[in-house]
Amino acid sequence: MQALKADNSGFVIGPDGLQRLLEVLAGEGYRVVGPALRDDAIVYDDIDGVASLPVGWTDRQEPGRYALERREDNACFGYAVGLHSWKKFLFPPAETLWTAQRGSDGAIAVSTPERAPDKFAFIGVRSCEIHAMAVQGRVFEEGPYTDTAYAARRAGAFIVAVNCAEAGGTCFCVSMETGPRAEQGFDLALTELADGAEHWFLVEVGSEAGRAVLEQVPHVPATAEQAEAARAVSERTASGMGRGLDTQGIKDLLQDNPEHSRWDDVAERCLSCANCTMVCPTCFCSTVEEHSDLTGENAQRVRKWDSCFTMDYSYIHGGSVRSSARSRYRQWMTHKLANWIDQFGTSGCVGCGRCITWCPVGIDLTEEVAAIRAAPEEGRSR
Amino acid sequence: METMEQILGQQSFFAGFPAEFVALIAGCARNCHFKAGEYLLREGDPADSFFLVRQGKAALEIASPARAPVIFTTLGPGEIVGVSWLIPPYRAEFDARAVEPVRAIAIDAKCLRAKCESDHHLGYEMMKRFLPVMVKRLHATRLQILDVYGHR
Amino acid sequence: MQAAALKDPFVPDICRVASARRELADAVTLELEPLSGARPDFRPGQFNMLYAFGVGEVAISMSVSAHENRGFVHTVRNAGAVSGALAALEPGATLGVRGPFGTGWPVAEAEGRDVLIVAGGLGLAPLRPAIQEVLARRERYGRVTILAGCRSPHDILYQRDLERWRQRLDVTVEVTVDHAGTGWHGDVGFVTGLIPRSPFDPDKAVAMVCGPEVMMRFAAGALLKAGMPAADIYLSMERNMKCAIGLCGHCQFGPAFVCKDGPVLPYDRIAGLLAVQEI
Repeated sequence: MQALKADNSGFVIGPDGLQRLLEVLAGEGYRVVGPALRDDAIVYDDIDGVASLPVGWTDRQEPGRYALERREDNACFGYAVGLHSWKKFLFPPAETLWTAQRGSDGAIAVSTPERAPDKFAFIGVRSCEIHAMAVQGRVFEEGPYTDTAYAARRAGAFIVAVNCAEAGGTCFCVSMETGPRAEQGFDLALTELADGAEHWFLVEVGSEAGRAVLEQVPHVPATAEQAEAARAVSERTASGMGRGLDTQGIKDLLQDNPEHSRWDDVAERCLSCANCTMVCPTCFCSTVEEHSDLTGENAQRVRKWDSCFTMDYSYIHGGSVRSSARSRYRQWMTHKLANWIDQFGTSGCVGCGRCITWCPVGIDLTEEVAAIRAAPEEGRSR
Repeated sequence: METMEQILGQQSFFAGFPAEFVALIAGCARNCHFKAGEYLLREGDPADSFFLVRQGKAALEIASPARAPVIFTTLGPGEIVGVSWLIPPYRAEFDARAVEPVRAIAIDAKCLRAKCESDHHLGYEMMKRFLPVMVKRLHATRLQILDVYGHR
Repeated sequence: MQAAALKDPFVPDICRVASARRELADAVTLELEPLSGARPDFRPGQFNMLYAFGVGEVAISMSVSAHENRGFVHTVRNAGAVSGALAALEPGATLGVRGPFGTGWPVAEAEGRDVLIVAGGLGLAPLRPAIQEVLARRERYGRVTILAGCRSPHDILYQRDLERWRQRLDVTVEVTVDHAGTGWHGDVGFVTGLIPRSPFDPDKAVAMVCGPEVMMRFAAGALLKAGMPAADIYLSMERNMKCAIGLCGHCQFGPAFVCKDGPVLPYDRIAGLLAVQEI
């Protein structure tokens, strides 16, 4: 995806145009993935035109709570964020890295699976999620070693951003400076306006690939009023954030407070269920399992998502380094909001709020940080 | 020929010790030798002396029935063998055996205890030097008990 | 690093076991030769990920310097499923090898200084390549001291090497065991006890320490007490290494990834973390 400055005023398409956009992308060989209703939740999944979208639905997200509600309009993207992020496509929950075979002479040989990476078109990517992809990109692509399969999937993805028109109850992208308006990292960015009889999308072009696709979709230049109306959508969303996180000096705050009593407090509530790490769009930890077949002659190395909330995660000879829930929560939050900055030059949090929503006991990291900030206890170290 | 005062004054154990105290201790001290295998101290014997090793190596060990004695620490030049002389009932708690020929200064415990009783400044200086020795050995023993290199 | 980045870093090369030698009751030293014929190059202190077919991968340090031209040499202790399978490999067997990974001992940085090696148990294995490279260019260093602690006289790793080094007139070698029978004529006591009587100038020395974390913590404490600056004390950390390339998250130690920022880390960088439990 080539970076290209978004056109100032943009273009306008209608719901038919959106349908046409999805058809064009499918026609170009993309696997088109977008929001869809599954099991009383909005998830990102393969979609088959506008009819697959959660038209007229919104999500109500609060700590430990998620519910779908009917909207009074027919907005296609009238919710905050899906349950899972796009992570599950770029960084699959389970992936065979390589296989090994043992020959009749006992010698082993290794082969890598033929990788024809899925060419994804992601429809309805939020600004926080674009930032999350960039954050994971730093981990997987910009270190001394590159996860080549991840890099190939990300490079091949076509991203249709949709600027948020609703701030969720657990959203805090404004604090993290990751939204709500997508500024870059997309091929096309839409702002949906569904107001009674009127239903249209303002389209901004972010890349040459985006422009080429838009060429095949009926569109008209946006008027100044339409551009202004779209801008107002993002402004309204920005002012309606469900949460806030004061990030001032947060790295030192957390690294200097490893023995803060708040960690004991949160450990009383945390179930170590790992939900937060599964739904987090930047959590990248993985393990590798050895899968053997019954003949014992073939083995697969399967990479799977892992979580710092499990005991196995920190296992060294003799036991787990982090055997208490207190130490595991501290690891997760300190890594996400502080150590990540040392490691990758950016926060690991984009403010999407999923970890708050999907925590079964409603632990809210913005509250945890605020509690430590309110009464920092000079820690022994960093 | 060096005097006992000079010899004691050169020992790091007595570094910074006031000269008059060194002289008091020298009055209780004598040179001694042990061949390899000879015992400096035997468990249960009266703690009549303690030793400042000048050369060689001594092992502190515990004997137990039907098995070979277990060595739990070795002591070399500059180190003290015997701390029980300070603590009633003044009996050696462990065997101390020369694993190499040992040249040492033996200090008569009864003599020094009497001097410490009559001059508490001397007694305090001795305590200040013995307490770190005992704490250091306690720390080392704790780390050995951890068995850090063993299977967990 | 460039070449490494182009290749799929998850995929191992296949090596053949050239020799397998029992070191201790539970430890075996494997010499590995790449089937590709490539001549392994690495720095002392680095590690490989060794793959036992059907079982899995584990991180093991190199235990012989690349300068000795003996391929990859690893001393493996049978401590789990993977290391047990590796320790059971016989000459001619094949296994997967990824690496070398991680930071090395400051062998070049230590030139012109006294070198103090402090090893506990199998911690001597990752230090041996550093000792070999220092002794190969002995004239470039000040006083060289090797302190090794282990459990009992039966658990002394690389006894022949220690004897050979001790015979040299330009190296001080001290070995101490935690407990011993009367057949042992050497030192008994914890390895930290050897530090105060070792010949080194604390202002002009580099210490390389490897062993169980508790041992390293107390060794670092004894070195500080002897007057060494924390920045001149290097430890080799152990954490759960899965990918070895900074992508899987497991080996995090505060902000550091032990696999790529370590395993060898200067004490001043990690002293605070070592003081926090379960970090």
